[in-house]
Amino acid sequence: MNFIRFITGSIRIIFHGSKTYFAWLIFLLLLILWGGSGYSKQLAHGLIETHMRDSVSWAFYIGNFTFLVGVAAAAVMLVIPAYIYDWKPIKEIVIFGELLAVCAVIMCLGFIIVDIGNPLRFWHMLPLIGTLNFPSSMLSWDFFVLNIYLLINLVVVTYLLYCIFYKKEYNKSFVLPLVLFSVPMAVAIHTTTAFLYNALPARIFWNSALLAPRFLASAFCSGPAILLILFQILRKTTKFEIKDEAIWKIAELMVYSMFIYLFFTIAELFKEFYSGTEHILYWKYLLFGLGEHKEIILYSWSSIIMGFIAFLLFLIPKTRKNFITLNIGAVLIYSSVYVEKGIALIIPAFTPDVLGQIYVYTPSMTEIRTAVMVFSIGFLLFTILSKIAISIVFDDYNIDSLNRMKNKK
Amino acid sequence: MKKENSRRSFLKNISLATFSALALSGCNTEVFDEFLQKNFRTLSKKEKDKIIKNLELKYKEKYGKEFHVSDKPAMEGTLFGYALDLSRCVGCRKCVYACVKENNQSREPQIHWIEVLQMEKEKGIDFADSNVQYNPEKVPEKGHFYVPVQCQQCRNPQCVTVCPVKATWQEPDGIVVVDYNWCIGCRYCMAACPYGARHFNWGEPTVPTEEINTEMHYLGNRPRKKGVVEKCTFCIQRTREGKYPACVEICPVGARKFGNLLDPESEIRYILENKRVLVLKQELNTQPKFYYFFGI
Repeated sequence: MNFIRFITGSIRIIFHGSKTYFAWLIFLLLLILWGGSGYSKQLAHGLIETHMRDSVSWAFYIGNFTFLVGVAAAAVMLVIPAYIYDWKPIKEIVIFGELLAVCAVIMCLGFIIVDIGNPLRFWHMLPLIGTLNFPSSMLSWDFFVLNIYLLINLVVVTYLLYCIFYKKEYNKSFVLPLVLFSVPMAVAIHTTTAFLYNALPARIFWNSALLAPRFLASAFCSGPAILLILFQILRKTTKFEIKDEAIWKIAELMVYSMFIYLFFTIAELFKEFYSGTEHILYWKYLLFGLGEHKEIILYSWSSIIMGFIAFLLFLIPKTRKNFITLNIGAVLIYSSVYVEKGIALIIPAFTPDVLGQIYVYTPSMTEIRTAVMVFSIGFLLFTILSKIAISIVFDDYNIDSLNRMKNKK
Repeated sequence: MKKENSRRSFLKNISLATFSALALSGCNTEVFDEFLQKNFRTLSKKEKDKIIKNLELKYKEKYGKEFHVSDKPAMEGTLFGYALDLSRCVGCRKCVYACVKENNQSREPQIHWIEVLQMEKEKGIDFADSNVQYNPEKVPEKGHFYVPVQCQQCRNPQCVTVCPVKATWQEPDGIVVVDYNWCIGCRYCMAACPYGARHFNWGEPTVPTEEINTEMHYLGNRPRKKGVVEKCTFCIQRTREGKYPACVEICPVGARKFGNLLDPESEIRYILENKRVLVLKQELNTQPKFYYFFGI
């Protein structure tokens, strides 16, 4: 009963807000409609509406999925530095980090659903009624860890908000183990996703032991970038207090990960180009194109350039501590990793295909619209959940205010 | 308390109503049954018979012909193997189209289970410099040779390992099959296959009524729907009846050989013992049962 009141109280918050808040919601709803009409075409005619074909059988959707697994993972991993460096609002960082993780995992599942040919048969993966190929298939592992991760984060964040709502002290021996467990789980979801690709000897481009470490490093660039901006917004608009030093520390940690990512990539490139075996073909396609097929260069180099500028902006203390250049850097690194995971990671593994044939892939309008739909649903969810969290955590919206409202009526 | 009760009964009623509406909306329960159908390997004999009878009726309704759908299991003591003589193949692609016809592959969008690669003699078997789209007046072209590739029926099939729902497996006679009613269409198997042998129904497949092959196997050439993966099954509907695959039968130069690897008297065993054979991408340890050799 108490819990139902917490939920109804939370739902009530969603419908109260400023004009900007509602404008944002309407904007997202319009995007969902626009994207959804693209997706409905795919539902009616099949995946032929995408530009994927037998040669390039996975593409933009699975790339988005991979990117979002990284966001989900990094959002929670930020708990470690928050704890070590003793940033004051650690509870708030946990709450917003885990909310972001929840939304990111839901978007991940969304991208899986739009990518499969028979979304209605999703139940074949469920335990007991389906026949999940566990532990053989890495996809079943991924499905498994993602769902556990979603569950942990959902439980922790709901419980914390519930306690604040009822002005109760939260039970540390319940929350702390879960939060501590969610950190290795965050590593696990991204590692498993990397292994999903890594485990395929047929795809030489992915068959490198550095794939999982590169995934983690890049995730630690893109995930905190979102939180960096979110924390600044929260600091401006709510009672959320986070010191400049903490934000700069996040940026500093991002530089380390960017450097590690750069190092891993250079190590990979050195091995490929110096040994110069036939495996080099895929990297050549990614970076320079093969013959007249140069369509992908636009993506790969824009990602490299954006990443490099962001690296410099974060590396130089002066630009790191200037909030304008810092935010430009955050947007750039986010976009860089997005293009890298969305396109540059997936497409070269399929071009040339296993029989050496080249099919040039770039996303179709249907794919872009469907991706917009999934992202908008995720953003909508994140907006709503953040709204609830902000009201409860910062605006003292609690059970008393709910009672007061009732009495007024 | 009373209020609580009425709410509960309301919920119960509404869920019942939704359920029956869903069941009725399919006009019959066929759609529902198909949605709830279990993995082929967990079906009982009775369930299989019922499903197959329904399929035959459905196909008759759709195409106006008598159909025979078999679910004949593997014969004991058989392990099918294939050998292809690279020195004979001329790259005519007759096998490609015989396969399409025999196995009811979609004509539009086009699906080919066999792909013939044209390679340069100077370079040997080199996929990077091969060409599927060759289109001269006459084959074979000078300085070239041809490598047809289809499912290599691996003993260690990566596609089976990665399938998240066990919708594809290796039968006792070595044929890797797909349950088209169980495949969720995630295409992980396609990413895992080193031979490009798996094909996806990107759109609704179409087969002209006058060309449809009415002799079918449940795990083989029965019509597929959009959103599922399909592949070469060594013509399971023929080979389990003791016939050759369609590609073996059509080959005008006799480059294709097929038989039981467990039978010491078989032609395939003769080739393995007397010719020098190779398998594609041996380094991946997929252990194909599809061998290539040079007969002359």
